[in-house]
Amino acid sequence: MSTIPLQQAGTETPWRMPSRGVVAMASLITAESAIFTIFVVAYLYYLGHDIVGPTPREVLELPIFGTVCLLSSSFFIWLAEHAIEHAKMKAFALWWSVTILLGLIFLADTGAEWYKLIVRDHLTIRTNLFGTTFYSLVGLHASHVILGLFMMLVTIAFALTGKLLPVHAERVKVLALYWHFVDAVWVVVFTVVYIIGR
Amino acid sequence: MTAAGALNSCAAWAASPSTSTFSTASTPAREVNDLSFFVLAISAAIFIGVSALLVYALFRYRARPGESMEPPQVFGSVQIELAWTIIPILIIVMLFLGTARVLFSVQDAPKPATALDVTVVGHQFWWEFRYPQFNVVTANELHVPLSSPAAPRPTFLKLTSADVMHSFWVPQLAGKTDLLPNRVNEMWIDPLRTGLYVGQCAQFCGMQHAKMLLRVYVDTPEQFQQWIAQQQKTQIEIPGVTQPAAFESKQNSTANQRPPAQLKPASLSSIVPDSITSRDGQLVFEKQACINCHTVAGTVANGRYGPDLTHLMSRDTLAAGAMPNTPENLKAWISDPTTFKPGSLMPAMRLTDRQNAQITAYLLTLK
Amino acid sequence: MDIPSVPVPGQVGAVIDRTPPQAARGTYLEVVHSWVVTVDHKKLGILYIVYALIFLVVAGIEAILIRIQLFVPHNTFVSAATFNRLFTMHGTTMVFLVGMPILFGFGNYLVPLMIGARDMAFPRLNAFSFWISAFAGILLYYSFIGGVGLAGTGSAPDVGWFAYAPLTERAFSPGHTIDYWAVSLLASGIGSIGTAINIIATVFCMRCKGMTLLRMPLLPWLYATVSFLVIVAVSPLTAAQAMLMIDRYLGGHFFDTQAGGSAILWAHFFWIFGHPEVYVLVLPAFAFANEIIPVFARKAIFGYAAMVAASVGIAFISLSVWAHHMFTIGMTSFGNAFFTLSTMLVSIPTGIKIFNWLATIWGGKIRFETPMLFSIAFLFQFLVAGLTGIMLSISAWNWQLHNSYFVVAHFHYVLVGAIVFMIFAALYYWYPKMTGRMLDERLGKWHFWLMVIGFHLTFDVMHIPGMLGMPRQIYTYEPDRGWTLLNQIVSVGGFIQGIAVLIFVYNLVHSYFRGETAGADPWDAWTLEWSIPSPPPAYNFAVDPEVASRRPLWDIKHPEDPDSAFE
Repeated sequence: MSTIPLQQAGTETPWRMPSRGVVAMASLITAESAIFTIFVVAYLYYLGHDIVGPTPREVLELPIFGTVCLLSSSFFIWLAEHAIEHAKMKAFALWWSVTILLGLIFLADTGAEWYKLIVRDHLTIRTNLFGTTFYSLVGLHASHVILGLFMMLVTIAFALTGKLLPVHAERVKVLALYWHFVDAVWVVVFTVVYIIGR
Repeated sequence: MTAAGALNSCAAWAASPSTSTFSTASTPAREVNDLSFFVLAISAAIFIGVSALLVYALFRYRARPGESMEPPQVFGSVQIELAWTIIPILIIVMLFLGTARVLFSVQDAPKPATALDVTVVGHQFWWEFRYPQFNVVTANELHVPLSSPAAPRPTFLKLTSADVMHSFWVPQLAGKTDLLPNRVNEMWIDPLRTGLYVGQCAQFCGMQHAKMLLRVYVDTPEQFQQWIAQQQKTQIEIPGVTQPAAFESKQNSTANQRPPAQLKPASLSSIVPDSITSRDGQLVFEKQACINCHTVAGTVANGRYGPDLTHLMSRDTLAAGAMPNTPENLKAWISDPTTFKPGSLMPAMRLTDRQNAQITAYLLTLK
Repeated sequence: MDIPSVPVPGQVGAVIDRTPPQAARGTYLEVVHSWVVTVDHKKLGILYIVYALIFLVVAGIEAILIRIQLFVPHNTFVSAATFNRLFTMHGTTMVFLVGMPILFGFGNYLVPLMIGARDMAFPRLNAFSFWISAFAGILLYYSFIGGVGLAGTGSAPDVGWFAYAPLTERAFSPGHTIDYWAVSLLASGIGSIGTAINIIATVFCMRCKGMTLLRMPLLPWLYATVSFLVIVAVSPLTAAQAMLMIDRYLGGHFFDTQAGGSAILWAHFFWIFGHPEVYVLVLPAFAFANEIIPVFARKAIFGYAAMVAASVGIAFISLSVWAHHMFTIGMTSFGNAFFTLSTMLVSIPTGIKIFNWLATIWGGKIRFETPMLFSIAFLFQFLVAGLTGIMLSISAWNWQLHNSYFVVAHFHYVLVGAIVFMIFAALYYWYPKMTGRMLDERLGKWHFWLMVIGFHLTFDVMHIPGMLGMPRQIYTYEPDRGWTLLNQIVSVGGFIQGIAVLIFVYNLVHSYFRGETAGADPWDAWTLEWSIPSPPPAYNFAVDPEVASRRPLWDIKHPEDPDSAFE
């Protein structure tokens, strides 16, 4: 069976397309942003509509320490990206581990906050609108942190066993993009929940 | 119902009473109707113009047998694109201005001091109407006064819901407005002709959404006053009445528009045996769970979950318009509501036939 | 996969197709296995389409049952409970299990072929998205036999496809009806978002040499736009479903009006998804029209750049019109005015599209084969759907028309008159590419004319009971309202459409075995998918193609007058 020739002779200009990983991650981030927007809108919409307490002002404390850890992890993951691009695998493993550690500290901080809210302040997801919207929004973010940490742990496992090579820099970058997004969302959540909402 | 039938000038094929949005009897509906003809005219013009071009092109440029050459290839034209961008914009400006005029004049109409207030509460699957100015509560059949240009007396409705979303729609009087829990919406009507106007819930609200019917009686001011006065009376503990009074004498402000009561006392005895007194019925009614949900003003029955029954016999229909209010239907309904409205929240109380007859006898006295 | 496509040295400019000789047929188990484990975009595309066609028949049966019930007032053909399940499932099925999958199916099949790619950007994600969507559909339909079983129609959802709160809360919907609905929509939403991301990455990263964005055929352009809409519009639905599940499983109060929650918030969240969803469904229909109409009019699409701009414009405007579904919910007059205007604005890019199609036909040499017949019917029907859409955007008039059968007629004009008609056109047009065989033209004409007659009997007439006050979603109606005769005409039209679809299904099956062999390019078309054999080999292109214009095959067929000279 013959087909029609489709080759143009003598065109040797390079044909470059954007990285599909980056494009896909940008799309995923757009989708996730839409999801977070809906939860943020619900949080703001219900601010002050509670029929029973406790209210945010009564129970919420600023999670400064965790926030600093999470936001600074963006810097360390950037260092790790830089390291793998220059094939410095030891440095990569170091900065990548620091990022994971900071993420874990953030998660522990959130855990401690929730423990205090649930045990001491008797605020659960069923208590009132504040409880429902707060745990949903912060929990949605925390679940993204957990997902990111899981993927970063897999990466570090590969790195430590020598399976991760400098040619994988592109993929690491895509994962780092996700982590930057998780950090950026925290800025929004922090502003909405702990500054506007209090 | 003949008066309402006369209104169907626009929808002649529709049996009375009409639910046509074109057969208007109130200012909000009328203004929307005028707007709708304006929009319909523009739409029809666009449709005829564009489809004429399409039909012409399809006919003129059809492939003819024997031609093998490709037609000349044309890729576009900026001027033409601009033309068919700008012309629709002009049409939209026109439509929007026409809409905005009606929108603001209906939605933001000021409330005159003479206005009647009614609070409408939607329930699964019936309507509660409260007249705060008169301390009257009724269900499913709304009575409002005529609002003539000489003596305007519009009715302003405050709409809310006790459970899920509903929507109040009587097409001849106004567009619909939703009833939401936790929220009060407003709408108004100023009926310009007396008669019966029907409609129904227009927002899906559960299993019996289809049988959440709505009846609005527009009375002359005098009839309305009479009706209010009647509704304001409370029921007292009635000394034993052996036989429900004759139904033909059902005195009502709009009696001339009602069908004659369909039951003759003769057939009544098959439903409520002569040995049964309404007094017994009241005792049964008040000892059963009935009073947890229903109110009969003046008695111990003060439930709020179901329709107010104080003047049940002044209504033409039962169960939100599901059936005519006849003793036979009433007894069948009490025995098992699911035969008429499966999914109705009124449970079958599993009483004996005698008890059902007793309750029926009692309810038949609530005029 | 099978044979590496090596260009023959010294023969640049000539492609030798190395279609492998037909491999021996495997056992049935091997065939099934190959379809289950496939990551080939063409096989997944066909799986999507077949899956959607099966559900199209299921949803059609539901529609027929609905129409039988409404044939006479106070009918007892089905119970109130069953009827509510039927229309809920019909709507949910048509949108989530027919519309989305079939459009993604065509996208999967055609986008890589049209941009000269080997496969989608993420083949395994593609397979995952399909199978999770398939799971969602099966879960949703399991609800019919879950719970109390078939006799009571089980736990099928019964709250309408937009499932307004608080009817969906535990207090008003005990049992598992809403759980089935929420979980399966969540799953299908994840599948849709996965496919959308895949299509975007494919369109932006996998184009063959020479195919700049403005040399892409319009179909990949529109699919990229649709995928963008899916990403920003389906995600809110996913979020709202998560909230609903938090309410139902964890005792949250998002839509719990007894604890201060809001019914309006759900309506907003749902329609932020729900309105763009209409464009998610209709833009692929436009995409098919953009490919089919030029080929059968024998002219290039008129105003390519305007078509791209109009599509992207529709996508953006559609994100700001959602509350036109809520004119009666009690917004301020300013809010009503805003959404009236924004909704009307959609008609401008839409109008541009209709006029461009008209201009494409103008001066052409139109061949009236079945794909073109469906496309022509689409043009008329979409024009009417657009006009009734303008009527509904008139917020004051909308107070009367909202939730009436007028609305039902309007959106069926869009969903059937435009989308389903274009899906039929697309199937007639690309079926030869997918199977190597033509669909039968005679049966196609029968299908077309019965469909047109049935469609107009049903949906033209259906506008009238709406204007006469008949609300949607009612399982029965009163005999004295004057709706009876109209409903009977509507039902008869529905039955005729049912017959038309049966003819089509017969045609699909019959032609698969007995149809005329198609060859690579049966329609004398211009885009890349027609340059390779039908059905295409697993590797698509033996040699990576290279293009110099929007219509590479035109350039080759008309070397004296190539498009590349004008672009």
